[in-house]
Amino acid sequence: MAAPLSPVEPAPASAPAERRPKSANQAVRIGAEPSTVARRLILGIIGGIFLIPVIAMIEFTFRNGLAGDYTTSHWTGLFTEDSARTYRGLYQAIENSLVLAAVTVAIVLVLLLPTMVLVHMQFPRLKRTLEFICIIPITVPAIVLVVGLAPVYSVVVQVLGGSTWTLAFAYGITVLPYAYRAIQGNLDAIPVKTLSEAASTLGAGWLTVLWTILLPNLRRGVLAASFISIAVVLGEFTIASLLNRRNLQTALLQVSQSDPWVAVIFALAALALAFILLLIIGRLGSATPSRRKS
Amino acid sequence: MSLATAPAPEQDGVELTARHHPRVALVKPSNRRRRLAYAGLTPFAAYVLIFLALPTILAVVTGFFSDDGSLTFDNITGLFTPTILATFGSSFWLSGVTAVIGAVVGALICYAMLGTKVGGLLRTIIESAASVLAQFGGVMLAFAFIATIGVQGLVTVILRDTFGVDIFADGVWLYQVPGLILPYVYFQVPLMVITFLPALTALRPQWAEASATLGGTRFAYWRYIAAPVLAPAFLGSLLLLFANAFSSFATAAALISQGSQIVPLQIRAALVSETVLGRENMAGALALGMIVVMVVVMWAYSVLQARTSRWQK
Repeated sequence: MAAPLSPVEPAPASAPAERRPKSANQAVRIGAEPSTVARRLILGIIGGIFLIPVIAMIEFTFRNGLAGDYTTSHWTGLFTEDSARTYRGLYQAIENSLVLAAVTVAIVLVLLLPTMVLVHMQFPRLKRTLEFICIIPITVPAIVLVVGLAPVYSVVVQVLGGSTWTLAFAYGITVLPYAYRAIQGNLDAIPVKTLSEAASTLGAGWLTVLWTILLPNLRRGVLAASFISIAVVLGEFTIASLLNRRNLQTALLQVSQSDPWVAVIFALAALALAFILLLIIGRLGSATPSRRKS
Repeated sequence: MSLATAPAPEQDGVELTARHHPRVALVKPSNRRRRLAYAGLTPFAAYVLIFLALPTILAVVTGFFSDDGSLTFDNITGLFTPTILATFGSSFWLSGVTAVIGAVVGALICYAMLGTKVGGLLRTIIESAASVLAQFGGVMLAFAFIATIGVQGLVTVILRDTFGVDIFADGVWLYQVPGLILPYVYFQVPLMVITFLPALTALRPQWAEASATLGGTRFAYWRYIAAPVLAPAFLGSLLLLFANAFSSFATAAALISQGSQIVPLQIRAALVSETVLGRENMAGALALGMIVVMVVVMWAYSVLQARTSRWQK
């Protein structure tokens, strides 16, 4: 009896390792999950279709006008000495957008973040209210908000001047839902109360608690909120366009009328930058749980 | 956009610790400290009042005033003229069609993602790509589709020269409302992936196993177990997609420079053309109309979301 069993014996030892694929296979067999082939087929076809416009954009940047042949001059033209002058307006707009992104992130960090921490620690009852306020910008979209922002900005211009950066006040509102979600996810995952109580027991003041205890723990959420804010601001068109400000997107639309190739090149660059930012957010998010358990 | 799916699982936990840890009893908060804490809320409150509450109120209220500042309902009744009603109609149509296509295709992607590791490479890439493309609105999206299916677009040319199919045989439709469908679907599908994917975690492998053990077929599992569980989340995401398309402006603005076939473009026309008397206040009335639609849709969304979160724990 022992002999026929022995070849089977080692199996249980390796079972835990094999268990996962086995149950996955079972899920496939009973139809709860797609098979690998089906998954690859679905993702491959849809992914392929979604790549077409991006490929078309890349192809477009190499076109030589309507001549039908290809040229690299649209790309190389960007690196000539003249380019700074030729595309001065566009570079200025990029600078504007970067300033706007920085000020918007500052608004998130200075206004939203402390308020969320304060509500979390001192006024848990206000949590729902804060969440409600922060998701209002989805129900009141930019195109509606801009109707009321026009009169508000006529006052803002009188007080703070007409510089582009003032637009960041409006952008701080549009990024509110995204930034809130990113920070709240992090706040919910760390024991804020325990940490701050432990720190104050050891004699730390609230500033020390905030700066040396909470902020390092909220790093991921804060980073994610900042990146998503940057991505949203770099893509913003509605408010800038209707309040007659120049940012990356309004400038792209303007440039596209005279030099569509360069407009598409910059659009691709902005797209790539957004993808990298959001990929980092994705890695930040997925790295969190395993770390936190330690 | 999917922030409303953000679960609030810690709610109970927080209250529990608050009750078990009566910090209030240990360190009696002086009134001064409490007042200081309230003062800490004021900067954000003031900011939100000035740049969110005030513009919203202004946007809605201007619709009730005439050019000379007197109270009027002319702008509101103006919403019910055939032109504006037709605009709302095509906005509804565009949002509805793209929401349904986006929801179905997006759900298919989510289905294909079942069984992949959360936090794995494939998931991270698809989630990041979805976040980018869902944000990829506006001018850049218009460029992409002009390069793809514009008159000289890559796909247009290939179809015409290789397959002899002229997609613009009946005239160029890219710069009309039908031309917005494909670009809109391009950001609706990724938004569906972002909002619907978390809902699929509600499907427990044990249910499928139980169903199979009891002799249930593949169809029975999806029809009687998965579909009822996922239905509220699916409908909720569908509504969110509708709201997303309904309030989207930039892509339409970049593609359609002539005319105002959808509501956001109508608002642009009302805001920009100051030459036409009383038009600026019409923007207020249109904004009010949009807010009413958005509030109804988002309210229904939150109701469905509450039903969804029941399974997501």
